[in-house]
Amino acid sequence: MHIVDRRLNPGGKSLVNRQRFLRRARAYVSQAVRDSLKDRSIKDLDKEGEITIRRDAIHEPTLRRAAKGGNREQVLPGNREFLEGDRIKRPDGGSDGGSRAGEGEDEDDFRFALSREEFLDLFLDDLELPDMAKKRLIAGKIEGIRRAGYSTAGNPSNLSVPRTMQRALSRRLALRRPSSGDLGRLDDAIAEIEARDIAGPDDAATLARLRDERALVIRRRNLIAYIDPVDLRYRRFEPVPRPVAQAVMFCLMDVSGSMTAHMKDLAKRFFALLHLFLSRCYEHVDVVFIHHTDRAAEVDEQTFFYSTVTGGTLVSSALDKLLEVIRDRYNPTDWNIYVAQASDGDTLASDNARVVSLMEDEVLPIAQYVAYLEVGREEFASVESATATTGLWDAYAPVMVANPHFAMRKVTHRREIYPVFRELFQRRGVSERARS
Amino acid sequence: MKGALAPAPLFTGSDWDFALINRIYETIEPIALQEMRLDIYPNQIEVISAEQMLDAYSSIGMPLFYKHWSFGKQFVTNEMLYRKGLRGLAYELVINSNPCINYLMQENSATMQTLVIAHAAFGHNHFFKNNYVFRQWTDADGILDYLEFAKRYIASCEERHGQLAVERVLDAAHALMNQGVHRYPRVRPRDLKAEAAREAERQAYRDRIYDDLWRTVPTGGRADTVPSDQRRAALGLPQENILYFLEKSGPRLESWQREILRIVRLIAQYFYPQRQTKTMNEGAATFTHYRIMTALHERGWITDGAFMEFIQSHTGVVYQPSFDSGHFGGFNPYALGFGIMSDVERICIDPTEEDREWFGDIAGSGDPVEVLKDIWANYRDESFVSQYLSPHLIRQWRLFKILDHEGEADVRVDAIHDERGYRRIRRALSREYDIARQEPDIQVVDVDLAGDRTLMLENTVSDGVVLESSDANLVLQNLANLWGYEVALSEVDADSRKELQSHRCQPQDDWMR
Repeated sequence: MHIVDRRLNPGGKSLVNRQRFLRRARAYVSQAVRDSLKDRSIKDLDKEGEITIRRDAIHEPTLRRAAKGGNREQVLPGNREFLEGDRIKRPDGGSDGGSRAGEGEDEDDFRFALSREEFLDLFLDDLELPDMAKKRLIAGKIEGIRRAGYSTAGNPSNLSVPRTMQRALSRRLALRRPSSGDLGRLDDAIAEIEARDIAGPDDAATLARLRDERALVIRRRNLIAYIDPVDLRYRRFEPVPRPVAQAVMFCLMDVSGSMTAHMKDLAKRFFALLHLFLSRCYEHVDVVFIHHTDRAAEVDEQTFFYSTVTGGTLVSSALDKLLEVIRDRYNPTDWNIYVAQASDGDTLASDNARVVSLMEDEVLPIAQYVAYLEVGREEFASVESATATTGLWDAYAPVMVANPHFAMRKVTHRREIYPVFRELFQRRGVSERARS
Repeated sequence: MKGALAPAPLFTGSDWDFALINRIYETIEPIALQEMRLDIYPNQIEVISAEQMLDAYSSIGMPLFYKHWSFGKQFVTNEMLYRKGLRGLAYELVINSNPCINYLMQENSATMQTLVIAHAAFGHNHFFKNNYVFRQWTDADGILDYLEFAKRYIASCEERHGQLAVERVLDAAHALMNQGVHRYPRVRPRDLKAEAAREAERQAYRDRIYDDLWRTVPTGGRADTVPSDQRRAALGLPQENILYFLEKSGPRLESWQREILRIVRLIAQYFYPQRQTKTMNEGAATFTHYRIMTALHERGWITDGAFMEFIQSHTGVVYQPSFDSGHFGGFNPYALGFGIMSDVERICIDPTEEDREWFGDIAGSGDPVEVLKDIWANYRDESFVSQYLSPHLIRQWRLFKILDHEGEADVRVDAIHDERGYRRIRRALSREYDIARQEPDIQVVDVDLAGDRTLMLENTVSDGVVLESSDANLVLQNLANLWGYEVALSEVDADSRKELQSHRCQPQDDWMR
């Protein structure tokens, strides 16, 4: 008998199968993941969780006898009152109270848990920042190594044998190192003379000369190495800095008094998704949070999502702040600039002209992409919001027509957040393929 | 037994280490091998964690297996149930291989490890090595090597032909897995020498009875041999092993696809004995562990406390809920197997008049273990129940049989635990364990070779229970894809030969894409 401790063996044997299962059910799983988003709190957006998909999506069919119909007999334990010939009302679902019900095979839903990574992968699949064009070399940012010729020193594992042999050969030729063939010929000649029965008159002299010659050849061969340390060549590698596209995302949120709790929740959810997406998919994206009432302030993440300041509304203040930050820290020639703005669209009429001119003349020319999200009251969902427009919406409408990299969308309900978010940041190729 | 020589208990707490497992094994071994005279494969005990147990679950309990999404589905289900505490994990897992691999969970207490070693390393192990269905159908020596080969082969196919193409073939093969077993030993092809000898014998016979007179007898025009018969014989039809038929005769399959079908088929065949002997196998293991644990306790190797822990677990394992208890899910194989085997033990030692009448050959034989070992070797669930379910046990379990006829409004109680009912109950229960009856009887009957190569299958319907229609169509689709031409399945009533239902399916062109 052997006892083997397998506990330390690497686990995760089922990982591949699990991934294949997820891939197989991908369409259903990603739908389920997206549906589950609306029920999550902002903090838990990126946590692992349980999801439910339809069982028939991953059904494995077999040839088996139907669960109902036909004549059946069954033996059961625990008879208390029945006598032979008694009649019992047929229970619902046929007489098949057997093992199948216990395994839950008939359920329509298939529930299982996804890890955080799996969850995020599905959830952020196919999203990207559009038009990420400006690239710059950042020192110290190494993205791999590449071949860079040969060097005379290096790691033995990088020794280039062909190159070394080539150099050894040329050195041997240049220094005229006798080959083993030369030595062989001398040996043969000596042997031939030695083998003669009757020595010729000048044999002794020839032999002596040949022997001297042979000694010289051997000496030369010993002095001139077959491979010399100077022949050695090593493959050289050098690190390559890769141009990195730097980007900054400005999150502008209206927190004025007209924004209800519901609207703020919508806006924060949107930005939470955005933040999650950027922090996971892009290493070099800065996120700048700006919230505004009638005054704008740059804040940190915590304040942005959880503060409760309130006041009047002046959208232009946010754009001013945005431009100020750009001037200070994000040179438009080096940085890809993205702006996402959320508001209820309730503005001072007198401010609209300035907002539009700031947007059109100053922000849009330097920005890669600007998205405006208008959040509406829940009670106005569908009916009113479809027709009624707000001051800011009306003001932005012509801007959108003129600028293809300006997008605006309206949401009134939590469940619309994710679809709208996807629409705004869908990888272009994918959305076009989907449309055609 | 507990005299002055009573040994110190093997353990007192619930902790264990490898030295203790070794001592436990060495204590159990003489009881099992010398007293019970069990015959086992050498054991290999492997300690694993809960996570590894979950992994093992999802590859049908095998230590290595090829990759397929359905095992991932198994895994996420089990993991979910386990994490939520809805289902515990098995204490052990045992593999029918030589050496016999026993997985023990690290979470088990010392008592449970003792129980599990007695149960798996001796009970199951003896059953695997001796039962005739296993001996006939499985190759314990080669299974792990074969799985290793299968895993590597399928991985190399994936590299060469793409994961998707391999997955399609595996999906289709899995759908037909239950139709991929040989239920009877095949007729071996005759070898040349035997054939020649037979021919010589025939010739000698012809020579001996030769009479020139026969030449003069006028003969009529001889009837042609029926071509369809010839065709069917050439294809080896009828054939109930659909995967085998496809592997040998599928016209459009590439050789790697045939090999994959073969792998799935051989694995199905390997597990076929387990499905036929589930109740006996668990019964034998439970009987063995009960006997060994009792012996250990009697001799003072385990403490009263440990024995109590064992008894609690044991009663849980052999609990059989009654049909109206709300959690009845069919017969518990541990309970039924252990129940009948304990009853056999009683009959051997202390038979009643009734037992002598029913079981004349074993009643009062006095050596229950030998009787049981003979049963373990020579029966499978169906024959075991039909032979050894005693009136005593039928009364004790209050078994009754119901009839559920399609045309009738009510279910009728057909037999109860009385003189008139014993045999009927026993026969009915044994039929429930007859896999050939529980599974549809589907055969490949013909191929339209002259026409459009339609593959024709027939399901012989007994008791009017037809196939689950939606599933049947899905499976046929898979079958049609493998076959490459149309497939037709007709469901024919066993008695009247009337067609009850028929399904047809065309192969999909884009199946491999």
